[in-house]
Amino acid sequence: MHTNLEYKAEFLNPDMPEIPYSILNLGPTHPATHGIFQNVLKMDGERIISGEQTIGYIHRAFEKIAERRPFYQITPLTDRLNYCSAPINNTGWYLTVEKLLNIEVPKRVDYMRVMVMELARVADHLICNSILGVDTGALTGFTYVYQYREKIYEIYEEICGARLTTNMGRIGGFERDFSPKVFELTKKFLVEFPKVWREFENLLTRNRIFMDRTIGTGPISVERALNYGFTGPNLRAAGIDYDIRSHSPYCSYEEFKFDIPVGTTGDTYDRYVVRNEEIWQSLSLIEQAIKKIEACEPGVFHADEDKYYLPPKQEVYRNMEALIYHFKIIMGEIEAPVGEVYKAVEGANGELGFYLISDGGRSPYRLHFRRPCFIYYQAFPEMVQGQMLSDAIVVMSSMNVIAGELDA
Amino acid sequence: MKFSNEEIIQFLQSKTGSEVLFEVDRYNVIQAEIPVHQLYKTMNLLFKDLEFKISNLIDLCGIHYPENKGKELGVVYHLQSLQYKILLRLKVFVPIEKPDVPSITGIYAAANWMERETYDFYGINFLGHPDLRRILNMDEMVDFPMRKEFPLEDPFREDKADFHFGR
Repeated sequence: MHTNLEYKAEFLNPDMPEIPYSILNLGPTHPATHGIFQNVLKMDGERIISGEQTIGYIHRAFEKIAERRPFYQITPLTDRLNYCSAPINNTGWYLTVEKLLNIEVPKRVDYMRVMVMELARVADHLICNSILGVDTGALTGFTYVYQYREKIYEIYEEICGARLTTNMGRIGGFERDFSPKVFELTKKFLVEFPKVWREFENLLTRNRIFMDRTIGTGPISVERALNYGFTGPNLRAAGIDYDIRSHSPYCSYEEFKFDIPVGTTGDTYDRYVVRNEEIWQSLSLIEQAIKKIEACEPGVFHADEDKYYLPPKQEVYRNMEALIYHFKIIMGEIEAPVGEVYKAVEGANGELGFYLISDGGRSPYRLHFRRPCFIYYQAFPEMVQGQMLSDAIVVMSSMNVIAGELDA
Repeated sequence: MKFSNEEIIQFLQSKTGSEVLFEVDRYNVIQAEIPVHQLYKTMNLLFKDLEFKISNLIDLCGIHYPENKGKELGVVYHLQSLQYKILLRLKVFVPIEKPDVPSITGIYAAANWMERETYDFYGINFLGHPDLRRILNMDEMVDFPMRKEFPLEDPFREDKADFHFGR
């Protein structure tokens, strides 16, 4: 197969007689790549000599669009970054704006956010690990655990009405309080899911075939991982315990008790095991969060910020001030303070940062998303060099590269 | 061990000289605008330093201020020390006629795509970059779309004119 791209990779040794290497286009729409990625691989038989990625197939210019939108309308854009864990992106954006606007949110809101963020993390890791099973040839586990992502989406639906691109919450809190059914569903999930996940782990973690396929596949050393800007589970698999939840806690994470799993070799198996353990930690965090929410005074679900938080609709119809604030917020009359903010949250696959420059207008002067996928996907050719083609597929799915986040 | 901001600033000053002015913003981020000719040297010294270990490139992005004559385009670097929880923001500004900034891909492999993205959207020319091509936009594109001279909506559209609310 040939590509129309000018291919620049060098031969290993220029003195060597030219071996007829073949060029393989993996993607853009290959069923095994889970998204629109193109990899132009230079192959010697089934070994990968070098590779080059082409990205940008679903680039949607979010940073440009964000420069014309008021803050609350940017949330739907963040949904579409890592669409497997949209609530984390939403909350990260709210935290950035709240940092700029100096809004203190009540403790109960923090715990509610922790609850939805950890649910999102479970959903994200669940997909990543079960898809890794699919790519090594084990479809059963995937079909079995996938219905539990559905259960998580049912919880989202109960909280905000949406399932995939959630647009959950508002600046300063949530749009409405969690209904009793949310807690009911979550508690049911916490009872049912661990059994299923334990069974899934039994299928894969000590499975001879799975271990042979993943141990030593796509390893990366600590130094290279740091140099490549790795964050999240991929960095922890290489052996650095960098987790923003404990490094610079947000949303009262300092009050929670959780462990940070680390790997040693940074290969596919380590990434898988680290994600598995993070699911268990997340489940424990959800449980702690529910306990903390129940200990709080009920009915508090947003900060008392008239200027930025929409008043309840019945107030708008009866009350003059509420009507004025509603009008001003909707029309974008409220101006943000001048300032520069960088805020990062621990997304499901790394440090999701928002760099916001406000010049005092209704929308940001500049908004930059620090997308973890975009930064660590660069290391892919180095990680698969010298490995088999089938390993490249496994490495890619274990890195959890999400097309929406990659291309923004 | 945790360093105070004064210690860190003193250390940074010793690396850059008195030409650069460091300040702490209200979110406890140390930031400075740094002249282009000092950028690579400073980055290299910070990366190799073993005391403060500000050796992790978090973020790199471009910015455009059309009103700042002679300093229209900028690059913002966020560096972090994982161990001591220091966040450092460095900015360089270059004129739009000659937007040349030294590439730091030799220090951070992560900068490769980030610089390509910045080139793609702002047209900043990273000198010494191994493969400076467009990354997210198509190769045939001639403009640099994130510059402020390209407004998102056509301001002369009649059907959406809204003079009351400052659109």
